[in-house]
Amino acid sequence: MDILYLLIPLSVVLVFVIGTVFWWAVHSGQFDDLEGPAHRVVMDDDRPHE
Amino acid sequence: MMSTIADTAFSAASAPAKAGRACFHCGLPLPAKSYQVLVEGVARDTCCRGCQAVAQTIIDNGLASYYRHRSVLPQSQPASPRDMLDRLRLYDLPEIQRGFVHDADAAGQVKEAALLLDGITCAACVWLIEQRLARLEGVHEAAVNYATRRARVRWDGRRIALSEILRAVAALGYGAQPYDSARSDDALKRERRSMLWRLFVAGFGMMQVMMYAVPAYIADGDMTADLEQLMRIASLVLTLPVVTWAAAPFYAGAWRELKARRVGMDVPVALGIIAAFAASVYATVRGDGPVYFDSVAMFVFLLLGARYLEMSARARAAQAQERLVRLTPAVAERLDTFPGSARREEVPVAVLRPGDYVAIRPGAAIPADGTVVEGVSSVDESLLTGESRAVPKRAGDMLTGGAVNLNGPLTIRVERVGHDTVLAGIVRLMDRAQTEKPEIARLADRVARWFVGGLLVLAAVVAVVWYVIDPARAFWITIAVLVVSCPCALSLATPAALTAATGTLYRRGVLVTRGHALETLAAATHFVFDKTGTLTEGRMALIGVIPLTGEERERCLALAARLESRSEHPIGRAIVAAAPPEVHDGIAVCDVRNVPSQGLEGSVSGRRLRIGTPGFVAALHGRALPEELLFVSDEVTVVALGDERGWLALFTLGDPLRRRARLLVRELKALGKTVCLLSGDRAARVAHLAHELGIKTARGAATPQHKLEFVRALQQRGAVVAMIGDGVNDAPVLAQAQVSIALASGTRLAQTSADMVLMSERLDALLTAVRVARQTLRVIRQNLAWAVVYNAVALPLAVMGYVTPLAAGIGMSASSLAVVLNALRLLRSPEHESVANRSSIIALAFKKTNKNN
Repeated sequence: MDILYLLIPLSVVLVFVIGTVFWWAVHSGQFDDLEGPAHRVVMDDDRPHE
Repeated sequence: MMSTIADTAFSAASAPAKAGRACFHCGLPLPAKSYQVLVEGVARDTCCRGCQAVAQTIIDNGLASYYRHRSVLPQSQPASPRDMLDRLRLYDLPEIQRGFVHDADAAGQVKEAALLLDGITCAACVWLIEQRLARLEGVHEAAVNYATRRARVRWDGRRIALSEILRAVAALGYGAQPYDSARSDDALKRERRSMLWRLFVAGFGMMQVMMYAVPAYIADGDMTADLEQLMRIASLVLTLPVVTWAAAPFYAGAWRELKARRVGMDVPVALGIIAAFAASVYATVRGDGPVYFDSVAMFVFLLLGARYLEMSARARAAQAQERLVRLTPAVAERLDTFPGSARREEVPVAVLRPGDYVAIRPGAAIPADGTVVEGVSSVDESLLTGESRAVPKRAGDMLTGGAVNLNGPLTIRVERVGHDTVLAGIVRLMDRAQTEKPEIARLADRVARWFVGGLLVLAAVVAVVWYVIDPARAFWITIAVLVVSCPCALSLATPAALTAATGTLYRRGVLVTRGHALETLAAATHFVFDKTGTLTEGRMALIGVIPLTGEERERCLALAARLESRSEHPIGRAIVAAAPPEVHDGIAVCDVRNVPSQGLEGSVSGRRLRIGTPGFVAALHGRALPEELLFVSDEVTVVALGDERGWLALFTLGDPLRRRARLLVRELKALGKTVCLLSGDRAARVAHLAHELGIKTARGAATPQHKLEFVRALQQRGAVVAMIGDGVNDAPVLAQAQVSIALASGTRLAQTSADMVLMSERLDALLTAVRVARQTLRVIRQNLAWAVVYNAVALPLAVMGYVTPLAAGIGMSASSLAVVLNALRLLRSPEHESVANRSSIIALAFKKTNKNN
C-alpha cells in the first residue's frame, strides 16, 4: 500500500499537466478549424517560391 | 504522368454536367460560343468571360492544382464588373476602415482585418485563396478558416492597400467583405472559450476528486489515517481551482445580485459552494470531520454545464444581428446637384445627410430612407417587411433604407439617415422588446427570491439557536442545513430541464433564444399566425399554364421562360424556375425590352412576343381579353403571353402553402388550441387562405396597430398568445405576444427578437416545439415537486441536528443527480417523434399516388 503515497501525489501532478496541455490547445486555436488542415497537407505548390 | 492524373481529376470535376460539354471552371453547360483557357498545355472551354478570367488568374498564379483537389464545383459567380472593383477602393478610406481594420504593430504599419468570404465550396478554395494572398507583395499572413468561411489577413499598409487584397480575392471568383470581428465575434468567442475552459476544469477536477472520495466511502475506516489524510489533501488541491476559478461566474453573479439588493439563485449557490468548501478545508486541516470536495466539484460542474448549453444556444441567435447591420450598404453614389448632375462620387453612407441626392443602380441596396425623384423601378423590401412581392416605385414614392432596388436605376433624395431611419427604429423596438420580461418570468423570479431569502434567514436562525443549545455542534449543523437544502435541486430543476429541451429542440431545427419561451409555449392557448407568409412559401410559384391557341403547354412555358430568363422580377423567376432547364437552349431571344410594372417584350425566332399583364399583351395585337380570364380565381396573379397575331397562353402564379401547414393547423386544433391568422394582405386572400386551412378567426388588411390591439384584446380575456411571424416590422406585435416564434426563412432579423426560431422552415417543427415544451413543463414540475419534498423531509431533520454533514452531502448530490437525470430524459424521448413520422409517411403516400397518376 506504500506505493499509494507516491501515486496519489503523482496523479495530482498529472492532472495539472493535462490541464495545462489542454489550456494550450484551446488557447492556441487548435480546435478552431477541424477540417481545413486535413486537406491542406495534401495540396502542394506548382511553382517554387521565388 | 502528371497530365493523366490531372485529366482524370479534371473530367471527374466536370462530370456532373455531362462530360465534355461543361464549363471547365464552373461546370455549367457550355453555350454555343465558348471561351478558351490553356491549362497545363491543354485548351479548356469555359462558359463565359467571367469564368475565363477567373480560370486565367488561377493558372497565371501557378495555382492550377486547385482544379485537381477541388471536390465541389464553385458557385457560378462571374468575376465582378469593373465598377464593383472600383468600389472596393472605398475600403481604403480611413473612416470606413475604422470599423474593421486593426493595427497589428505599435507603429501602425502592419494592419489586420477579418474578411467574410462568399463562395467557398470545398477545401481547395481555402488553399487557393491562401496561396493567392500569400503571394501578394506586402501581405504578411493570410489564414482562411474553412469551418467559419472567414479569412484573417495581415498586411503592411505601406506596401499594399486593402482594396488590392480584396480585388485579388474577387479576381478568383469569390466575394470578400471586411467583417467587424472585434465587435461581436471575438467577444463571443472569448466568452465561449473561457466558459468551455471553466467547464473542463470543473469536470476534470470532479472526476479526479471522485477517485479519491470513493475509496474513503467504501473503505469505511479500513484505511490508515495518514492515507486518508493524503487523499483529502489531494482532493483539496484539485478542488481548489474548481472552487476559485471555475465557479467564479457564480460569485460574480451573487455579487451583482447583492449589489442590486436582491437575492437570486446565485447567492445561495455561491454561499453553498464557499461554505461546503470552507468546512471541508477546515476538516482537512483539523484532520477530522467530513469533507465534501467531491460534492462541491460535481455541483459546480453540473451548474456550469447547464449554463454552457444555455449560452451556446443564445450565441447562435446573436449571429442574426450581424446580418441586420449588413443590410445597408457601406457606400453610396452621391450626385453633386440635382437635376442636371454631371458628377457622381462614391461616399461612405455615414457621411450622407438629409437632402443629398443619391443614385441607386439596379441590384444595389438602398442606403437610407428617401423619396424617389427620378426613375421607375421596383424594390424588394422582403427583408424589412416580409412582403415577398416586389413593390413598384416611381417618382414621389418613399423608399426604405435596406431594401434592394430590382430593375431600373433610381435617383433618390435622402430624407432620414442613421438613427432616424426606419431600419434603426425597428432595431430600437426590438431592443426595447427584449429588455421587457414577461409577467410569468417576473413572477417566477419573485417566488424564487423569497424562497432563497427565507432559506438564508432559516440558516442564520439555526446557527443562533444551536449556538445557544450546543456551541460545539452549531457550525456543523448550520453547514448541514445549508448543504442539505442548498438549492442545487431547486436551481437545477428549471435550467437543467430547459437546457435539455433546448438541446433536443435545436437538433430538431427549433432554436430557443429566451429562457421563458418553452414555459410559455407550453401554456399557450392561442396560436396567432402573423402574416400569410408564415403559412405560405412566401414566394411566387407557377401554378398553372392555360394554352389559348394550338401551341402546346411546354412550348408556351419555354417561350415565356426564354423571355424572362434575364428578369429579376419574382414572377419572371418563378416562370424560369418552373421550366425545365433544357428548354432554354435552342430558342434564340433578342431585343428584350423591360416595361416596368407591365411586362417584357422581345423577339424569339423573328417573332415579336410580349409577356406581362393582359392589357400590356393586348396592346400588341389588339384582340379582346380571353374569356378564360373570367374563370381564374382572384387569388392568383395572371400573366399573359402573346404575339402580334393573338394570345398564346395564360400563366397563373401564386404563393403555395408551406409543406405541412394543413397538418400543423389540424394538430394544433386537436391539442385544444385556437388558431388565428392576422395579415396585412388583402382581406379576400386572407379569407381564402384561412378557409383552405380551416382557420376560423382570420383578419386581413391588418396594420401592425390592428394586430397589436387584436393580441392585447385576446390577452385581456386571459389568453396566452403564441405569435408566429417572419418580418421585422412585426417585432412589436411579436413582442406583445407572450411567446413569439419566427421562421428563419423570412426575415433573419426577426430571429433576434423572437423567443424561438424555426430554423428548418418546416412548420411541423412548431408541433415538435409545442410537444417538447409541454413535456418540459411536466419535467420541471416533477423536478420542483421533488426538490420541495426532499427539502420538506431533509430540512427539518437537518435543523434538528439528525443529519450529519456527510449524509447532507450525499443527500444533496443524490437529489441534484435525480433532478438532472430526470431532465436528461428530455434529450431522448420518442414521444414527439410521432407527428413527424406520421406526416412523412403521409407525404410518402402522397408521392406514390402522384407517381401512379
